[in-house]
Amino acid sequence: MSKKGVNIKIDELNTDVGFIKNLQLSFCKLIAETWTEPMGPTPFPSLTALREWDLKLLQRYKPFYLPYCDVCCLCTFGKCDLTGDKRGACGINMSAQQSRIVLLACCIGAATHIGHARHLLEHLIEKFGHNYPLDVGGLNIKVEAPVTRLVCGVKPETLGDLEEVLDYVETQVTHLLSVAHTGQEGSNLDFESKVLHAGMVDHVGMEVADIAQIAAYGFPKADPEALLVDLGYGTINVEKPVILCIGHNVVPSIGIIDYMKDNGHDGEIEVCGLCCTAHDITRYYKRGKIIGPISWQLRFIRSGVPDVVVLDEQCVRADSFFEAQRIKAPVIVASEKNCMGLPNRTNDPADIIVEDLLNGKAPGALILDPEKVGEVAVKLALKVAPLRKKFKVIPEVDEVIQRAKECRQCNDCRRACPQDLHIPEAMKAAATGNLAKLADLYELCVGCGRCEHACPVGLTVHSFIVKAGEKKLKEETYKVRVGRGAIQDVEIRNVGSPIVLGEIPGVVAVVGCSNYPKGGQEVAEICTEFANRRFIVVTSGCSAMSAAMYKNEEGKTPYEYFTGEFTSGCLVNVGSCVSNSHIAGAAIKIANIFAKRNLRANYEEIADYILNRVGAVGVAWGAYSQKAASIASGFWRLGVPVIVGPHGIKYRRMLLGRADREEDWYVYDARTGEKVYVGPTPEHLFYTAETKEEAMVMIAKLCMRPNDTMKGRAIKLTHYVDLHKRLYGTMPEDIHLFVRTIADVPVTMKDEIVKILEEKGWKETVIPDPTLLPRMIRKKKE
Amino acid sequence: MVAAEPWQTAEVPGPKKALVVTKPEIVTAMIKKAKHPILVVGHKAVETELNKKKLIDLMIELAKKAKIPVVATAHIVSEFHKRKYKPAGFMPAVDIGNRLVDAEWSGIDGKGPHDLALFVGLPYYMEWTILSGLKHFAPNLKTITLDNVYHPHASWSFPNTSVKDWVENLRVIIEKFEEGGK
Repeated sequence: MSKKGVNIKIDELNTDVGFIKNLQLSFCKLIAETWTEPMGPTPFPSLTALREWDLKLLQRYKPFYLPYCDVCCLCTFGKCDLTGDKRGACGINMSAQQSRIVLLACCIGAATHIGHARHLLEHLIEKFGHNYPLDVGGLNIKVEAPVTRLVCGVKPETLGDLEEVLDYVETQVTHLLSVAHTGQEGSNLDFESKVLHAGMVDHVGMEVADIAQIAAYGFPKADPEALLVDLGYGTINVEKPVILCIGHNVVPSIGIIDYMKDNGHDGEIEVCGLCCTAHDITRYYKRGKIIGPISWQLRFIRSGVPDVVVLDEQCVRADSFFEAQRIKAPVIVASEKNCMGLPNRTNDPADIIVEDLLNGKAPGALILDPEKVGEVAVKLALKVAPLRKKFKVIPEVDEVIQRAKECRQCNDCRRACPQDLHIPEAMKAAATGNLAKLADLYELCVGCGRCEHACPVGLTVHSFIVKAGEKKLKEETYKVRVGRGAIQDVEIRNVGSPIVLGEIPGVVAVVGCSNYPKGGQEVAEICTEFANRRFIVVTSGCSAMSAAMYKNEEGKTPYEYFTGEFTSGCLVNVGSCVSNSHIAGAAIKIANIFAKRNLRANYEEIADYILNRVGAVGVAWGAYSQKAASIASGFWRLGVPVIVGPHGIKYRRMLLGRADREEDWYVYDARTGEKVYVGPTPEHLFYTAETKEEAMVMIAKLCMRPNDTMKGRAIKLTHYVDLHKRLYGTMPEDIHLFVRTIADVPVTMKDEIVKILEEKGWKETVIPDPTLLPRMIRKKKE
Repeated sequence: MVAAEPWQTAEVPGPKKALVVTKPEIVTAMIKKAKHPILVVGHKAVETELNKKKLIDLMIELAKKAKIPVVATAHIVSEFHKRKYKPAGFMPAVDIGNRLVDAEWSGIDGKGPHDLALFVGLPYYMEWTILSGLKHFAPNLKTITLDNVYHPHASWSFPNTSVKDWVENLRVIIEKFEEGGK
């Protein structure tokens, strides 16, 4: 797709028709189309274009609202008490209010990715030009932007083509946000539909951001054998100056790396990152290192290792500037979205800024030019490192013991802790010189620091835990495969059939933040379990980091012993948060490349295909941010269920199916038009699991789809039953709901299952060509 | 006596807060009065040790004596089976919450809608939110938490109490059934 504006001005024209004077014609754009696929029904869909599809989903997966509190406090009519049947001063009721809050969260999440994409794109266009080609995988990727093609109906070919796409998603987010204003929607289901719309446009925004940076920065281009790089505190060479980058938008980090390379400092400085910027650093620079997820921010800054801290945007702790000051590390903030109250030094000479930061004249600077960020950070790191001597604020053991004696056992730390960690008991032991209990908390702690703010005597509880767990912290040396970006078309062709027929038991996307209920170990266990079971396991963001922080008996991390190819039994790191779009993209490409469904602006049909045929499940074990909420809602609209960890219940509502309501589980057989019962497949669209064990069983269950062949269903049932027996200690009670014919029953479990079927009064049903869309029913030929 | 304030200090609920159970006998009386109670037991009942007994053991004792059908959440159904007790059902916590807001649901044992739901052993924030869902969307259902932490979204809750008092409270609740039966 290429386009340009055209203006024609004619002062005087003498023709056979007549004399024309001062004619001006203006064409806002001429589009040279290279995509021959016919336009589908919903290009650039409005807020309501896909409402009918949403309502179909919401009819089956009804919201179960879990209000965090009884009131609405968004306007000055309120606070309003919404308990029971009460309505607020604006007339809203509790269910609509909950959906409204979810919509707000998803708008925040979507705007964050889209704002990120806009900033990145503008920068890249300025640097590389509008016509820079969008190569995200060479000949291996012909469908370079599946989400964008599906939603917008355009095929972007250059960086410039992405501007129109961003114009659309920005407009949609503005409209969506306006819906949350007092006096707009009153129906919870219409709010819910708009939540799904926010998620959909979020995925477009993420895709724009990632394909732009892959193309322009030369990140791995759909490479199954992307490099293995270092991850963990222990991989940092503390003898070198250390620049720590925190956030999600890699532009300033690339400024640092480029300046370092261009000026002969490559290898002299450690450039490391926390959160998704870290992923993107390693996609650009093989010496880059990942410290860990967002929750490592406090512990790593306080360790004193960073000499210079560079903050960009998203998932940056609001107190990181304060924490960096405590270790006397100068701070550079590099995003207009995250200025941290610092003066704008963008137009000052780099050397003057360096001097000011070095001499302590200023503790930090806002620099909005990424090249200047690079120059200042590198020069500063080289100069400040020898002076700082890695000054840390984590106390020594003696101090921990002494200060632990001040603990009043008031329990305030525990009551502030989101994990309900038994901190007072550990402090009691520490006061006697035994730090073992504090050390045990290290791996469970999500690093939020709420305990410290709660402590009435000012104990730095988090630092005590880190000190006690210091040995573990310093031993954190792992390998993670660099974010590879998109999934190749050929990989989709290879796995499309076994996924759709059910012979590959499922695609599990383990994504999200890092507030894990029992530590990151659970993420690694989930990934390992399902990769060993020959599922396709994909990861991104903080979860991709946590999946690496585990070693087998041979000392290898999961990325070293599972393949990076998108195939049965893999562990694929697609990359940073914005790379989540490739996971949705893979599901879309299965429908498009394997099943040859039209992609162009054909959202409903593709989503219907995925819901009924592609056994994909998202798992956000550390569900935390508003971005995670919007990413999840983009998956829901596509028909991909999402499981969240227990903290995810704070998202205020679940979308739950009712397996006991037979009437909810009918689809059309596209061959005949008859309505056919297909069982609760998939049973839920958004669901909180209380424990890792529950989540693992549910992952296997939610991978079942109406379209599974008998062989495929037997394979899926084998995993479901096997996990259920191992983790629950019993047979599942709902097995009869998933057996359509006796041939679905796994051979090795036949006697056991047939007995249950008989007890339940099971009856055989047919396996349809499933669809929820009446228009997909094929008419009989006359 | 600890004040009746939420266990997690920031979890401020709003105007409608649980009545405080000042005496365990109140719980017994409410169970006896209920037509069709249900007991929801979360996975922490297996992790929580109370005077060399597990919380789950006390819950089994209560369920047997009060003749309350039990729903085991998460993955702990086998722990009941190991103790030779078959719960009326097992399902995810959000599922049982979702069914309880349905006034037409025939109950875990098929004997009709439940009018009283007792909760114990879920992570605090999960129990908090599920109780909130029931408070707002299951107007005919009363809820009681048997945990030793204050849950303002329940209809009735113990305040934040020590483990020692918790054990004593549960013992009294169970003993009252021994005396009177249901």
